[in-house]
Amino acid sequence: MLADPLWLLIATCALATFATRVLPFIALAEQAEHPLVLHLGRYLPPAVMMILVIYALRDFRPLIDWQLNMGETGFPMFLAAGLVTILHLWRRNALLSIMLGTGAYMAMVQLSGTA
Amino acid sequence: MISQAWREAGLQTLPVMFGYLPLGAAFGILAVEMGIPWYAAMAMSFLIYAGAGQFLAIALLASGAGIIEVAVATLMLNSRHVFYGLSLLKRFQGAGWRKPYLIFALTDETYSLLTSQSGSNAANHSLAFRISLLNQFWWVLGTLLGVAVGSAKLFDSQGIEFALTALFIVLTLEQARRLRQALPFIIALGTGFGALLWLPDQHLLLGAIGSASLLLLVHYHLASKRSHGHAS
Repeated sequence: MLADPLWLLIATCALATFATRVLPFIALAEQAEHPLVLHLGRYLPPAVMMILVIYALRDFRPLIDWQLNMGETGFPMFLAAGLVTILHLWRRNALLSIMLGTGAYMAMVQLSGTA
Repeated sequence: MISQAWREAGLQTLPVMFGYLPLGAAFGILAVEMGIPWYAAMAMSFLIYAGAGQFLAIALLASGAGIIEVAVATLMLNSRHVFYGLSLLKRFQGAGWRKPYLIFALTDETYSLLTSQSGSNAANHSLAFRISLLNQFWWVLGTLLGVAVGSAKLFDSQGIEFALTALFIVLTLEQARRLRQALPFIIALGTGFGALLWLPDQHLLLGAIGSASLLLLVHYHLASKRSHGHAS
């Protein structure tokens, strides 16, 4: 069973993935209170979050062949992201912002698909 | 009975559920279509537990890639996780028996939720453990749905993955409200759009997060030099 390349491949992926996650905890085990580690702990999460937003919206294309793009990567994406932002600045209710934003996005892409 | 503690964790992972169920199902469907046995697809979601990493793994498997190739590609794709650990060293201190699992289950989405806790929750290890466990549960459940149902659609869920985008937007706004400093956001906009312009899609996240970490390192050195200069 272990000689099967499929299981060898799964084990390799599992170990490689875990290695990337565990590395800092092994290499810097004694450094958790170091000012540089605290500095990164303070500023890195907001930066990563902003980058994940940019990454999630990276496929946004307002126009396709000079026509308004109403598909999954078009205005529904832009409008729903704007709706989430406005709702959250207004009500500060995470679930409400996410549910209404996602619902609006689904409605827009599904309706424009059938039209 | 669902305890209050599980309910709080469940509520927090709800947006992740809306993202992980369809994405996990997409992975399950694709794996079965590629001829991977259903139990191997499930094993991958249990043991590897990395969204993009698992899609890459089945693509490599289908192309007949060697073990070394698979190891290198997986390390490259997931190396951004190194930076996640850097900012959680202190957070996971004293987590005891939960710590190995917290480290194993550190996906983008779990990292986002764990670094966005405020008040007493910010040092609550059992809450962090419940959030991590539930997130993987959604991922595994999604995979199971995918391998079981295949491409037969139960309901029109097109567009539901937007929940993850919405989650990242909400957490960015929460981070901004808490920190009240523009610096990390300016750095992220710079490296994010820079990576978008100059890097191929598969290196985008690593490039942006890696260079943001480097810039924060430079900022740390400048700031500590400045305060040192004031002190002397």
